[in-house]
Amino acid sequence: MVPLSWYLIFAAALFSIGLFGVLSRRNAVAILLGIELMLNSVNINLAAFWRYGDDVSVMAGQVFAIIVFAVAAAEVAVGLALVISVYRRRNTVIADNIDMMKW
Amino acid sequence: MTGEQITFLAVALFTLGSGFMVVTSGNLVHAALWLVSTLFGVAVTYAVLDASFLAVVQVVVYIGAIAILFIFAVMLTRKDMRDQGPQMNKNWWFGAALAVLTFVGLFFLLQGWSGMSTTATALPSGFDAVAGLGDALTSPAGYVLPFEVASVLLVAALVGAVYVAFNRK
Repeated sequence: MVPLSWYLIFAAALFSIGLFGVLSRRNAVAILLGIELMLNSVNINLAAFWRYGDDVSVMAGQVFAIIVFAVAAAEVAVGLALVISVYRRRNTVIADNIDMMKW
Repeated sequence: MTGEQITFLAVALFTLGSGFMVVTSGNLVHAALWLVSTLFGVAVTYAVLDASFLAVVQVVVYIGAIAILFIFAVMLTRKDMRDQGPQMNKNWWFGAALAVLTFVGLFFLLQGWSGMSTTATALPSGFDAVAGLGDALTSPAGYVLPFEVASVLLVAALVGAVYVAFNRK
């Protein structure tokens, strides 16, 4: 049987990879890709805690993962709409160049 | 090493390798396709965890909708896709250091936790995870309110995305 620690360390590694993508990429679409990786690693943790909990008939972990799916879909739809809108007006998707609200 | 452990390790290595390619690949279409393979790895992880409904939803929603949405967005912003400059910003080493620090910090934090080596108990006979999840999502004693709030959030996001991306001539 796989111990719980393997899942948690796997999710931590995936989260760190996503964090690196969010902090380092210049393209706004690539930053959103990194956010997706981070959300997925959180979902692995939720499913693992549901399976390894004392009582599998308590569904809180899976329900929380479903809510995260919905929030991720909403986030990516609005985020990509913003990127496309900015691209139409400013002709760029480089996050450093989108600085009109920067003081 | 049991077969289950070997399966888990293979899937985890595949997923982490694909995830690394997502954040380092220069061509964004390739990055989006690597995201698809990462999401498949995560779906297999759900299947290994006996969360069959999550595995199916992962394939349908994430790969079928979100990854395709990413590919569309990359194509609609095509001019910058073959951006001549570097794909990383000039502080990428700071991001890499922070990511490594996060992983090492989480690793040592988890080492000190007593529940780390827990192994899963066998599922009770006759237990149906999908039926249990359906009951939990629709019964007033369960999570029907967060479920409805999620649907309202999706409608709001749909309307908002159409409004923001609408091309006013």
